[in-house]
Amino acid sequence: MSDRSAALLSNNFIYSAMVIYALAFLAHAIEVAWSVKTPEITVRKTKLDFSKTERIGRLGSAFMLIATILLFAGVIFRGISANRVPWGNMYEFSITGALSFSIAYLFALAKYKMRWLALPASISILITLGTAVTLLYRPSAPLVPALKSTWLVIHVSAAIISGGVFLLANFIAGTYLILDRYEQKGSRPIWLQKLPTLESLDNLSYRLIALVFPLWTFSVIAGAIWAEAAWGRYWGWDPKETWAFITWVAYAAYLHARVTVGWRGRKAAWLCLLAGSTFLFNYIYINIWGTGKHTYSGL
Amino acid sequence: MSTVLDSRSFLRWCWRQLTSMRTALILLLLLGIAAIPGSLFPQRTQNPLQVKQYFIDNPSLAPWLDRLSLFEVYSSPWFSAIYLLLFISLIGCVLPRSIEHIKAIGAQPPLTPKYLDRLDNFTEIKKINLDGAEKYLKKKGFRVRREEHSISAEKGYARESGNLLFHLSLVLILIGVGIGSLLGSKGDAILNVGDRFINTPTSYDLLSFGKYQKEDSLTPFSITVKDFQAQYDSVTNSPIDYTLTVSTANPAGSKEQLKIIKVNQPLTYGNTKIYLQANGYSPIVIVKNKQGKVVFEGPTPFLPQDSNLSSIGAIKVPDMQPQIGFVSSFLPTADRDPIRGGFSSYPEVLDPRLLFSIWKGDLGLDSGVPQSVYRINTTNMERIGLKALSLNETYDFGEGSITFTGWNSWVNLQIVSDPGKNYALIGAILAILGLLISLFTRQRRIWVKQGKKTQVAGLSKNEIPGLKEEIEDLIKEVSSER
Ligand code: HEM
Repeated sequence: MSDRSAALLSNNFIYSAMVIYALAFLAHAIEVAWSVKTPEITVRKTKLDFSKTERIGRLGSAFMLIATILLFAGVIFRGISANRVPWGNMYEFSITGALSFSIAYLFALAKYKMRWLALPASISILITLGTAVTLLYRPSAPLVPALKSTWLVIHVSAAIISGGVFLLANFIAGTYLILDRYEQKGSRPIWLQKLPTLESLDNLSYRLIALVFPLWTFSVIAGAIWAEAAWGRYWGWDPKETWAFITWVAYAAYLHARVTVGWRGRKAAWLCLLAGSTFLFNYIYINIWGTGKHTYSGL
Repeated sequence: MSTVLDSRSFLRWCWRQLTSMRTALILLLLLGIAAIPGSLFPQRTQNPLQVKQYFIDNPSLAPWLDRLSLFEVYSSPWFSAIYLLLFISLIGCVLPRSIEHIKAIGAQPPLTPKYLDRLDNFTEIKKINLDGAEKYLKKKGFRVRREEHSISAEKGYARESGNLLFHLSLVLILIGVGIGSLLGSKGDAILNVGDRFINTPTSYDLLSFGKYQKEDSLTPFSITVKDFQAQYDSVTNSPIDYTLTVSTANPAGSKEQLKIIKVNQPLTYGNTKIYLQANGYSPIVIVKNKQGKVVFEGPTPFLPQDSNLSSIGAIKVPDMQPQIGFVSSFLPTADRDPIRGGFSSYPEVLDPRLLFSIWKGDLGLDSGVPQSVYRINTTNMERIGLKALSLNETYDFGEGSITFTGWNSWVNLQIVSDPGKNYALIGAILAILGLLISLFTRQRRIWVKQGKKTQVAGLSKNEIPGLKEEIEDLIKEVSSER
């Protein structure tokens, strides 16, 4: 297959994935809407019957799965077209990041039954992919010499996976705070009844962070090893490195706060959001407006 | 007497505060916050030119920022204070815990609490045989403390070991960083293809030493630049690959070997590594005086300005009377457009052009003020001409003539010696190992107590699920045994 046709194929996969993500979003939106209107309040007030919305919710999950597979194919063919790992510029980071987030969601869906996350997950993936194909798109090209390293593959894949899971933890912490507000004022609205208890949300975001914190640590270290090979120093306080460090410190603080000081619930959720936003800031702000060795030609 | 006691107890109080978890947490957050300004303001260590520009753009604000060390955040007193306090606090907390942990290796689990019914996972079952439960728990790897009517069992000590390993490794990383900055060196040398470099302080264009490194401790190797190849993508003009071939010997004078250096593939001599950091072109010219005698001949490194390697440089001819300087630019593939004038449209040399203005007067080389090799201070000079030359063209400028005869490539070698980085690397690997052990080991206790009935309860330290199932298995096992 020629590089050009692989690049075209990759684009088509990504466009189709976007269509299916949109369908998934729609299905989940309908699911939520119906669960507001139709649950039959049987025997007692608190018992809601969601069987009518169940089918459309499952359809949504199927769409999410298909869209993830399409996106996966898109990322793979992008790599084939450039004869390298597809992590050379911001367009490629975005599609791979969206893929990682999508897989993290599917994992959470399978393991923790978190279909309620689908609505924010699908829309944010759509926005990421939309920005990527409209604003960030670059033709497929080989890497500049500094990016040619096995450590790039290791470093970036670890970073992207950690990022996907960090963001998922952020969504959960955000949900925690919203639900917490409602419960403070009284009770949850009907359409949020299906969501897990506050305590299990709190634990879930902690588990996710504890799960990927070692991976993020590893990613930072792999980056340092790569920097040592490419630039002659393993740490130079380049803006990108600095913010990776800040993210690391923020999550370490989160773990300390939870494990050793005993923060739970609201305070922990805010700290989680803070740590997650340092990651996003690094990705968006520093990649686009930052200076330093990590800026790639043409984003 | 009492003041001594007071001050001693005050010190003890300070120490306890410093090594408390809450302080550590605050310091940790502070460290993160303190790192931020360094990514917002230009830093001297990375980008001295941008700092200068910042001073020009913000003349009233910049000196104040400078007083707060905001252009050198990571070596500033306040940044150092935070991480030093953090690490003292870390050592103060982790060392005593490590000692305790080592002492506890052979120790028994704590006594069974009096009342189990207040604990998690409390279950009451019919009376069972404690021996069976003890055997089962031992088989499962628990440490067991058997009393007459109760069992206290614990598993997952590795969690604390991992946790301590992680924190101690952070200290090791910091030690590695410290050794590197005190005993290391870092320098740049610009070499044309064909040049020879011997690793002594005078050979460098720029060299900085750590505080405690001796100047004669440089590894005595030599490097001769044999060949440099750059490969570009014909669509995007971006570089694909650089290959530098050198002939090298350590120590200089011994048998030479051919080696390849690439961007991600430095040449290594012990703790010293030689990196290919930058490259560019050196146009070659011959300058003759009025009498036709050659007064200058050779390549001059030019500084690339854009991705197509249009470069600027200064050809200085001090051996003429009066002195002559050429303020020049070099276009590897010359092109023109009405707005920009001449520019380079491709980074390889396909149609080279040398553009220059000619200056006559005092080059100021003897003034003692260090000068940029790429620029000429023209305050004491007068411009006498302007010209663009293609390859092998000659221009007669009255005082003499200049011929553009060819070009060469130059490379910037960065030579770094960092004796601390292996410690940092070992620290990093141990840190991850410790983290994995500590975050994925379940530390839990199970108690079995004999009364009228048998009571079972358990406690899990981190929130990894699984204890409930474990207790259920235990109960199933010991109840079926009878
Ligand atoms: C200032 C000194 C520090 C002290 C006194 C300290 C102390 C502790 C202690 C006692 C624990 C164990 C919690 C438990 O097992 O119940 C812990 C956990 C942890 N610490 Fe620190 N620490 C310090 C600095 C740091 C730093 C600088 C980092 C990294 C940036 C860090 C990262 C962690 C992490 C990730 C955990 C969680 C491990 C787990 O869940 O078991 N700590 N720390």
